[in-house]
Amino acid sequence: MRIIAIMIRVLKELLRDKRTLALMFLAPILILFLMNAIFSSNSTTNVTIGTVSLSQAMNKKLGKGNHVDVKLYDSKTAAEKALKKTHIDAIIQKKHNDYILTHANTDSTKTTAVKMAVKNALTARGTAELKTGLKTSTTVIGKLRHQLTITSKALAKLQFQVAKSTNQKVKTSKSNHVTLAQVSSKKMATPKITNHYVYGDANTSFFDKMLPILMGFFVFFFVFLISGMALLKERTSGTLDRLLATPVKRYEIVFGYMASYGILAIFQTVLIVLVTVWLLGAEVVGSLFSIILINLLLALVALAFGILLSTFASSEFQMMQFIPLVVIPQIFFSGIIPLDQMASWIKTISYIVPIKYSGDAVTAIMMRGAGLSSLGLEITVLFGFLIVLTVLNIMGLKRYRKV
Amino acid sequence: MSSTSISLNHLVKQFGKQTVLKDINFTVSPGQIVGLIGPSGAGKSTIIKTTLGMEVADGGSATVFNQVMPNRKLLSRIGYMAQTDALYGSLSGQENLMFFAQMKGLKKQTIHAEIAHVAEVVDLTTDLNKRVSSYSGGMMRRLSLAIALLGSPELLILDEPTGGIDPALRRQIWKELNTIRHENRSILITTHVMDEAELVDEVALILNGKVMAFDSPAALKKQYQVNSIEDVFLKAEGVQL
Ligand SMILES: Nc1ncnc2c1ncn2[C@@H]1O[C@H](COP(=O)(O)OP(=O)(O)OP(=O)(O)O)[C@@H](O)[C@H]1O
Ligand SMILES: [Mg+2]
Repeated sequence: MRIIAIMIRVLKELLRDKRTLALMFLAPILILFLMNAIFSSNSTTNVTIGTVSLSQAMNKKLGKGNHVDVKLYDSKTAAEKALKKTHIDAIIQKKHNDYILTHANTDSTKTTAVKMAVKNALTARGTAELKTGLKTSTTVIGKLRHQLTITSKALAKLQFQVAKSTNQKVKTSKSNHVTLAQVSSKKMATPKITNHYVYGDANTSFFDKMLPILMGFFVFFFVFLISGMALLKERTSGTLDRLLATPVKRYEIVFGYMASYGILAIFQTVLIVLVTVWLLGAEVVGSLFSIILINLLLALVALAFGILLSTFASSEFQMMQFIPLVVIPQIFFSGIIPLDQMASWIKTISYIVPIKYSGDAVTAIMMRGAGLSSLGLEITVLFGFLIVLTVLNIMGLKRYRKV
Repeated sequence: MSSTSISLNHLVKQFGKQTVLKDINFTVSPGQIVGLIGPSGAGKSTIIKTTLGMEVADGGSATVFNQVMPNRKLLSRIGYMAQTDALYGSLSGQENLMFFAQMKGLKKQTIHAEIAHVAEVVDLTTDLNKRVSSYSGGMMRRLSLAIALLGSPELLILDEPTGGIDPALRRQIWKELNTIRHENRSILITTHVMDEAELVDEVALILNGKVMAFDSPAALKKQYQVNSIEDVFLKAEGVQL
């Protein structure tokens, strides 16, 4: 089988190029560690909060917040459905006097924004209640003053606590359940907020959101560059001509390359996933196998892209010039930067960016546990890229041998 | 029509505006060694590439074994050695031979015997396990020739096979080429070494995109009234002797 012979040859060449191998496997790990360390802060984004059985006043106050949309739901199940489908970013439900928040938490920026919005709304309401509460309690306190002189110190303490709790309603802890305020007096039971997370916990950061896209980026970048260089070298050194002077079929060359770089991409993906899960403590809800499959598909797209562009380059340096043109812009359109608020033509560009599709798919698998069957769109598009580019490559080899 | 290994009829090839081959006609018969000589840039390599189907002729036709090129299947019967050493530097000599043997579609059972034989011919047996990147220029040339010899092809097309190879080894290679001729296989060879041009059956002298002369070395020397092919070459080029 010529395809296998080509695959083995390409793999042998790669394995003997220790530096390139190190670059391919160690550089992503290093960058992941650095990124993990750097990214913990966030920026503002738009959030949509689904509310279940909330008072009208509360709904209004929530909606007043910047970048916050409120959607009313009749039942908790309806809201949960919307959350799964990512129509909304969080659910607020009122139970007795308490609030239960359920965050999608696939984007920690949004989770933080939701918490802020709820906190602000409650503070606004809390101060209003406090005012009326204080009016009635002043008379009570007046009565009590002479009766309970000893407890005045305790009362001061109590007031301090009220103040503290209204200012600082949101406090998170690893336990996922946060009791934000204690009941400070009989009349004024400050609502308790409980946070639930669909993905991860309170420690989920911007880094976790970037991870699926970064993973795709590493796979794409290295496979694109190394395969492009390899084919370029094959062309400039004359081995391609020599290869084409044998009865090998053109598609056998392309498929041989695909097989070898596919294997390489599998190893790279496994390594990146293991590092992020074990060393960086990321959580993968869905199956690892699905993630590897998506990245493999992306690697093949990158390979086909690299081979195609290498025919337009006449030296390694010219191949490098494609990086700022082809690879870097992909990051911007991949979804690392939220595109919701940007001009529509920018969104349109993002539809032709392979990393966006792999990023979307891996995000869904990693954070929401999506199965491959529910990722039909992403997989189809990636396959589409792959088929078109592969056909172009097989035809493109005609430039070097006319049959 | 008698069977020919190569037949070029009114071959025309242009690169952009430059017409490199204007009207090339000659044939290579089975059991014949034909030498292509001519100044640098005359179009010798272009003739070879067009014959192999790597370039498409703009006029005329190139046939190999009476079939019009380009033709992928015929390539399994041709051994080609390019002017540049096209080798995989990070692989050993053995691995290079193995790879091209597989590409040529050699049978598994015969591959190892074939590799041993061609390595013997070019005297590389002891260096087969070294990486090609550590080979000397002449060793690379020899390995390149060994790859062309793989599979005992009926037609060998060699673009300057003996450049950078020492006289003793060159003699050994010519011995092998003569053996191939006796097996009724054909060889098309280009060279700048005029002693070698004396050894071929017929010489095609390429000048200005045309075949200036196509005859046996002896007949050519007679025609130009000189003592060596080197003088034929110089005289044809218009250099004062
Ligand atoms: N791919 C190409 N594109 C454009 N011009 C080319 C190409 N290949 C060859 N040429 C031109 O065709 C002419 C003949 O080239 P060719 O390589 O056939 O010469 P040659 O006879 O083999 O020379 P040498 O003895 O130096 O190897 C040269 O002028 C060269 O510039
Ligand atoms: Mg040449």
